[in-house]
Amino acid sequence: MTPPDANVFSETPLVRRKRREEALAKWIFCAMSALMILPLVLIIGYLFERAWPSLSLGFLLEVPTRGMRAGGVWPAFVGTIYLVFLSLAVSAPIGILAAVYLNEYARDNWLNRLINLAVINLAGVPSIVHALFGLGAFVYAARFGYSIISASLTLAIMTLPVIIASTREALASVPRSFREACWNVGATRWQTIRSVVLPNAISGILTGVILQVSRAAGETAPIMFTGAVFFKAVQKGDLFPYSLHDQCMALSMHLYTLSTQVPDVQESIPFATAVVLLGSVLLVNAAAIALRVYLRSRKKW
Amino acid sequence: MSAPVQSSIATRNLNLWYGSFQALINVTVDIKDGLITALIGPSGCGKTTLLRCFNRVNERYGYVTTTGEIKILGKNIYDPDVSLIELRKSVGMVFQRPNPLPISVYENVVFGLRIHSERSQLKRSLLDEAVETSLREVGLWEDLKDRLDTKATGLQLEQQQKLCIARLLPLKPRVILMDEPCSALDVEGTRAIEELMFGLKGRYTILIVTHNMAQARRASDECIFMLLGEMVEHARTEKLFLNPADPRTAEYIEGRYG
Ligand SMILES: Nc1ncnc2c1ncn2[C@@H]1O[C@H](COP(=O)(O)OP(=O)(O)O)[C@@H](O)[C@H]1O
Ligand SMILES: [Mg+2]
Repeated sequence: MTPPDANVFSETPLVRRKRREEALAKWIFCAMSALMILPLVLIIGYLFERAWPSLSLGFLLEVPTRGMRAGGVWPAFVGTIYLVFLSLAVSAPIGILAAVYLNEYARDNWLNRLINLAVINLAGVPSIVHALFGLGAFVYAARFGYSIISASLTLAIMTLPVIIASTREALASVPRSFREACWNVGATRWQTIRSVVLPNAISGILTGVILQVSRAAGETAPIMFTGAVFFKAVQKGDLFPYSLHDQCMALSMHLYTLSTQVPDVQESIPFATAVVLLGSVLLVNAAAIALRVYLRSRKKW
Repeated sequence: MSAPVQSSIATRNLNLWYGSFQALINVTVDIKDGLITALIGPSGCGKTTLLRCFNRVNERYGYVTTTGEIKILGKNIYDPDVSLIELRKSVGMVFQRPNPLPISVYENVVFGLRIHSERSQLKRSLLDEAVETSLREVGLWEDLKDRLDTKATGLQLEQQQKLCIARLLPLKPRVILMDEPCSALDVEGTRAIEELMFGLKGRYTILIVTHNMAQARRASDECIFMLLGEMVEHARTEKLFLNPADPRTAEYIEGRYG
């Protein structure tokens, strides 16, 4: 046995070098994640600064006037709410149920692998292609015409695969041992899903669904092809200006029109429109986070 | 400093809290160099916690507080000039479930060397030699010498656990900590690991946690009995099993509680 010497475990030059590398690596990773905040702050700051002259509650509630060169965004705001709500009302139930099947029932056979492949690929389809599909399928083939229905269904198809994927992830994060505990007392799969799996996955499922709000609200191409219009006469503050077979205005579309199609628009108006769009989306996301925090706090594992 | 049988690990009044729960209470123990020491006691008594103190893994949790002193090879491991990297190089750990890395057998064995040496020092011949020596020491060489580039995660559990031990050896550790290394293995595997430990005895200080009393009895030179975070008794294994000093030890080895 060699006798203990006073310098055991003390730093060698190599260790010192590795420590420096470690510190550098950590610093770079940290800087990258901090860098992520920067664009967000800049975007929001820039938007607000440019939009400032037009921002008021009136801007939200007024209808556009003087060929959209003045007034507010109410018809577009309500239109976006219609589209988002209807599209998620269609895609969320279908997506969640499909994900439950895929995660809880499906065996690993060729059919289910095919379904998986389809879901993954569908999620990667560009929105302009969804737009064309929606035009062909809902506007013409299903004879819904250019309407809120067609636009919402197109958005629903677009959000569906992502909802399926996020729901599956939420379901997969419920420990297998919970399911086994249920099966061992003779519960059927459906009983297990209802009493154990869904309650524990619900926060993840809801988060996934709500994150799709911002996608549905932000897309322009799919609705432009299938049901959104430049202008629609609507009463100020009217909550139900559209019927399902009407065309509607939408914030994303409105923003596009203002910035590219209408000459001599006061500069702050498109920016204020962007603020309304971003603000509503962030508000919904904040609600989602609050809901998740609440649901998670009830979870004890 | 160099007495004939010196202690390799020595703790003085070691206390450890997980948050407000005290998991180790005034543990004072001297673990002798080159011997196999078994750590026994009922589940939850702090065996794993004590073991993990010796290579300072516990600190990774923010809510752990430790007081007292731990000396390994005569050096207090909480001294500010102690490098965690060098400490863990000298104090190796084997876990309950074999945890080979998902790379080849060869790369698993030389992993430590690659991490702890300058790239220029890593001659192929040196690595090859380290692999052969280490695998021979754990008795895997004959089985695996033609399959060094197969994935380590595909081996049998027993081979995986041996490989995890072999992975420590190229770094020339002084202490090997084993946390219930046989609990995932069958009878054959357990026997093989015990034989391996005998082979390593003398050159390494081995501290093994086990809940299998027969194993402690067969495979260790000294035995430490712990209960509810306290060290109750530390003696030569034969003495502890045949003639325990503390009534609680007697009750435990008779199987009154487990
Ligand atoms: N990471 C941890 N956080 C909080 N408490 C822990 C943690 N690890 C272990 N404990 C507690 O410390 C006690 C000792 O645990 P452990 O050392 O794992 O016991 P043993 O290995 O002897 O079964 C137990 O009561 C256990 O609940
Ligand atoms: Mg343990």
